[in-house]
Amino acid sequence: MKIAGMTSRAAVAVLVVLVIAAALPLLLSNYRIELATEILIFGVLAMSIDILSGFAGRTSLGHGAIFGVSGYVVVYASAQAGLSPAAAILLGVIAATLVAVVFALLAVRTSGVYFLLLTLALGMIVWGICLRWTQVTGGENGLRGDVRPAFLVGHRAFYWAVLAATTLVSYAMWRFVRSPFGLTLLGIRDSESRMKSLGYNVPLHLFIGFAVSGFFAGVAGALYALFNNFVSPSTVALQQSVEGVLMMIAGGVGTLFGGFVGAAAIIALENVVSAYTERWQTVLGLTFIVIMIFAPDGIIGMLRAILVFRFRSSPHIAEPRFELGNKDTS
Amino acid sequence: MSAFQLLNGLTYAALLFVVASGFTLIFGLLRIVNLAHGALYLLGGYIGFAIATRTGSFALGGLGAMAAIAAIGLVLDQGLLRFVGDNELRQVLLTLGFAFVLDDMALVIWGGDSFTVPIPQMLKGGMRVFGVYYPTYRLFVLATGVVVFAGLWLLLNHTRLGALIRAGVDDAEMVEASGVNIRRVFLVTFLLGSALAGLGGLMGGAFLSLYPSADAEILVFSLAIVIIGGRGSLVGVGVGSLLVGLLNTLGQVMFPELAYFVIFGPMALLLAFRPLGLFGKATAA
Repeated sequence: MKIAGMTSRAAVAVLVVLVIAAALPLLLSNYRIELATEILIFGVLAMSIDILSGFAGRTSLGHGAIFGVSGYVVVYASAQAGLSPAAAILLGVIAATLVAVVFALLAVRTSGVYFLLLTLALGMIVWGICLRWTQVTGGENGLRGDVRPAFLVGHRAFYWAVLAATTLVSYAMWRFVRSPFGLTLLGIRDSESRMKSLGYNVPLHLFIGFAVSGFFAGVAGALYALFNNFVSPSTVALQQSVEGVLMMIAGGVGTLFGGFVGAAAIIALENVVSAYTERWQTVLGLTFIVIMIFAPDGIIGMLRAILVFRFRSSPHIAEPRFELGNKDTS
Repeated sequence: MSAFQLLNGLTYAALLFVVASGFTLIFGLLRIVNLAHGALYLLGGYIGFAIATRTGSFALGGLGAMAAIAAIGLVLDQGLLRFVGDNELRQVLLTLGFAFVLDDMALVIWGGDSFTVPIPQMLKGGMRVFGVYYPTYRLFVLATGVVVFAGLWLLLNHTRLGALIRAGVDDAEMVEASGVNIRRVFLVTFLLGSALAGLGGLMGGAFLSLYPSADAEILVFSLAIVIIGGRGSLVGVGVGSLLVGLLNTLGQVMFPELAYFVIFGPMALLLAFRPLGLFGKATAA
């Protein structure tokens, strides 16, 4: 039996996870609720990057900028222009999607390391604009403003709202990568030339994939603006993109929902480390190096490698499909 | 554009050339996009600054910066990059992690203040060129850029090592198959490329000053230059540096707030027509 496109076992698992996630704020302190909210938001960002990385074989180092543009627009529209939160969020997501469209127009012609370079350079241009265009972006001081409507000011209420939004966009992303369109992207990832010879318009598919991915990154950015009530150049900086990519990789490229695992791991690490030292950036850099050398398949990939000894294939986790790890692992 | 602004653009291009030529050497031969290059630039500036202020010698500062940055490059190449194999994405992200660590360490040691490397006495003041009075030091940077270009050109085109590097850019496997230890050529190239970043750091540190986000600015310009010029082409870096240096100066004069756009526009146009850059060649690899 299928429920909303899932097998009944998967649907039950999703339901259990959702119930636990919804019950969490009843048990946690306000501070922990904030962390959980942050994990949800960054999980969406990591998933949006995974759409391109895991399913189209193109890793973007510019998604932090797309995410941040949405944040900037939401704060600007509500605090400076005085629009309603709903209108501000809508504008933010539209702006992020437009930025993604511009990125995509330039980037779909490239692949491999050129794609990385180009998205990185484009992201840095956005950062440069946010830093220098002081009249609108507030320069280094950033923009501040209470974006949240009154009924979402409480920690729990906001968490539930974010959880609802996250569930919705996660489901949408899942349906997207499993749709015929998503399967075409997979085909492009595995063999661009073969898809081309089968008559698929590869650049067009990549373009649409990038725009969709940017839309979801924009949703994450809008949620982040509501969460933080503040954006600054560091919201759009390279480090944001890089943290998103790291979460995606830590969760496992091509696993989609691994994004939440990765986000939880990185945010928990950041939180623990920050209690002892101010050198989070060093720890982040070291984490990067260690994961690249020892666990390129991510946490889920590692667990899977361990579990494979005990169980045969697990139905909930997709086959490893990425260009990141060693090709001979599967 | 006045002669003064033209000179500003040219001297900035010369600095960018020194930094970006190191970047493209490594990218061209080893196929490694070293995103720590900006951090190496900044660290080279700091180290050169520390040596130059202690010893009072700008030249010693330059040599020290180059040696120290080459040593850090050695650690990055031999200590870390060799463990991730040929996977491009893992290499790029590893160098990025390395850059984060370097930047943060530089912040610990030198703090968030900006420093300016002291200029030697004989390069202080200005002189008259093309009818304008212009700082001698910046002309020195321009001359250094030209010297580095000439040196690299001679190295690549008239030495055995250069021939190996050029052959390696085209087909590293073939070079190895003909009995050359390509690993050693790779290592020398990596050290040379890193040392150029260190040299750039000292030179730039004397007129742009050194501060925590200076590495990101240099890195994005280097990326733009390599995207415009094409992978592993010396002439490409030269032309790319001139374009980016001049456009950046023009942009800052005419649209100070959107200066990045002025570089980005031509880069985008170029990519639409030549995805591999002006002088880039498609490789069989």
